[in-house]
Amino acid sequence: MIAVELRKLFRRPRTWATIAVLNALPVLVAVLVRLTDLVPRPGEGPPFLSAVLTNGSLFPLAALAIVLPLFLPIAVAVVAGDSVAGEAQAGTLRYLLVRPAGRTLLLVAKLVAVVAFVLVTVLVVAAVGYVVGTTLFDAQPLTAATGGTSVSGTGLTQQELVGRTLTAIGYVVVSMLGVAAFGLFFSTLTDSPLAAALGALAVLVASSLLFTLDAASPIAPYLPTRYWLAFVDLFRDPILWRDVVRGLALQGVYVGVLLAAAWANFTTKDVTS
Amino acid sequence: MTSVVRTRGLVKRYGRLRAVDGIDLDVRAGDVYGFLGANGSGKTTTVRMLLGLVLPTSGEVELLGERMPRAARRVLPRVGALVEGPAAYGHLSGRANLALFDAAGPGGPRRTRRRRVEEVLEQVGLGGIDRRPVRAYSLGMRQRLGLAAALLRRPELLVLDEPTNGLDPQGITEIRELLLDLHRGGTTVFLSSHLLAEVEQLCTRVGVLDRGRLVLQDELATLTAPTGATVVHTPAADRVPAVLDGRVVAVDGSRVVVRGADPAEVNALLVGAGVPVTGLALQRPSLEEVVLAAAGSSLDRVEVHR
Repeated sequence: MIAVELRKLFRRPRTWATIAVLNALPVLVAVLVRLTDLVPRPGEGPPFLSAVLTNGSLFPLAALAIVLPLFLPIAVAVVAGDSVAGEAQAGTLRYLLVRPAGRTLLLVAKLVAVVAFVLVTVLVVAAVGYVVGTTLFDAQPLTAATGGTSVSGTGLTQQELVGRTLTAIGYVVVSMLGVAAFGLFFSTLTDSPLAAALGALAVLVASSLLFTLDAASPIAPYLPTRYWLAFVDLFRDPILWRDVVRGLALQGVYVGVLLAAAWANFTTKDVTS
Repeated sequence: MTSVVRTRGLVKRYGRLRAVDGIDLDVRAGDVYGFLGANGSGKTTTVRMLLGLVLPTSGEVELLGERMPRAARRVLPRVGALVEGPAAYGHLSGRANLALFDAAGPGGPRRTRRRRVEEVLEQVGLGGIDRRPVRAYSLGMRQRLGLAAALLRRPELLVLDEPTNGLDPQGITEIRELLLDLHRGGTTVFLSSHLLAEVEQLCTRVGVLDRGRLVLQDELATLTAPTGATVVHTPAADRVPAVLDGRVVAVDGSRVVVRGADPAEVNALLVGAGVPVTGLALQRPSLEEVVLAAAGSSLDRVEVHR
């Protein structure tokens, strides 16, 4: 069943179109920065972008930071929102269930497929970012001697940089799992994939909005988007683990609760689509 | 005879509406069971409850001798279903769709998958289908593909909801032949339809649903058994009452209904009296008459309440 869902997801032209569109923005940013040499000052604009001019191999991180606030969550919400509701709308859900694909198993398979999508998307963005970064900008060959530069200004060895980049990618994936959980939960509530995706996005927009509001500060630590950009802290010296750990815990709680709700709803629901 | 589908006091309530109101279905092995009912009478809800898609408010469902939906994992691989029109992934070919559906549940060994897919495509008349995506299929082709998906596991029981929807007359005949063929091979067929003619031509047993209640369930042969009257066609209808004194039930143009279950005897009397007879038959109620007598008016009607 899991293999079936993966095959369905990755044989779908739309999946690859989404990933392609997702990569277009960072590439455009890279080209513009290359042509104009204008980058935001450190601390402004997307993180890491200012460092790219001196070291192109940091561009994968800049690319992730560019797509993280909006593009990536939209893509994840659309795919997750489509997972069950899309089958319901197409009418294929009933045929999967009478096959019979058990409801719990189907939900797990959908979840795995969405996670695979998140993983592939993030890796592709990082990989394309690396290729673009190293071809368009001066890529300092990251030897142990030269290394990279941390956000705090001290040097990082190549090993440290690679390790922290992979950790950052992992952190972004976990952040997106929260979005996926919202999408999957809404997807079991409705037969309209659009409604499910928009529901998940509405949560994220509301969360980002509340985050900027001082009056909402008491609930700020519990907003799903609160710690999304904490992966930047992985590049401080020493690593600032506080927000990263809180972010992981928060996403864990959201994912756990929402998946339990999705399961409870889907396994007891009348399939009338 | 063993029961293949059996429900006891099956009820599905949506709020205050009782969509299915305590029905006791009994489909036996080897039946072609026609499940009739007007639109909105609860047919589809019942079919969905049989397959475990909709959970009953109360009552029991037994499929192939096991309780549903508890035993779904054991029972459903032995059942083929077409529920409310076919559905498939539009961007994939028919073959890819069948392979995906087959892989989505237990009971379809991967080893034989390719062969089974080719066999069922052949069976439903799509054997020569190319790689074009299902999106480009006509309604009739999709219907055939849906039927092929139902047949993939060589099911003992076929549950079909309006299987000839969207097919042209030749297609309908073809599918009817296919179903009869499968039935001869030992498959029990549960056919839900609002097309009386289709059911009359195919089925051996009939259940009629009206507003969520099973108002009739019997052998088709019993329901349409001779009434004990004879129908006579004659150009001289006005002379019949004089010959068959007191036995005439109704006169309608050239058609006369006469009491008496022996057409030969009626014929002999009339011809003996010089009344020309152009047609002669035992009176049998049509399925339509039986159903209309058992069920009320159409549910699509919305009457004015004054």
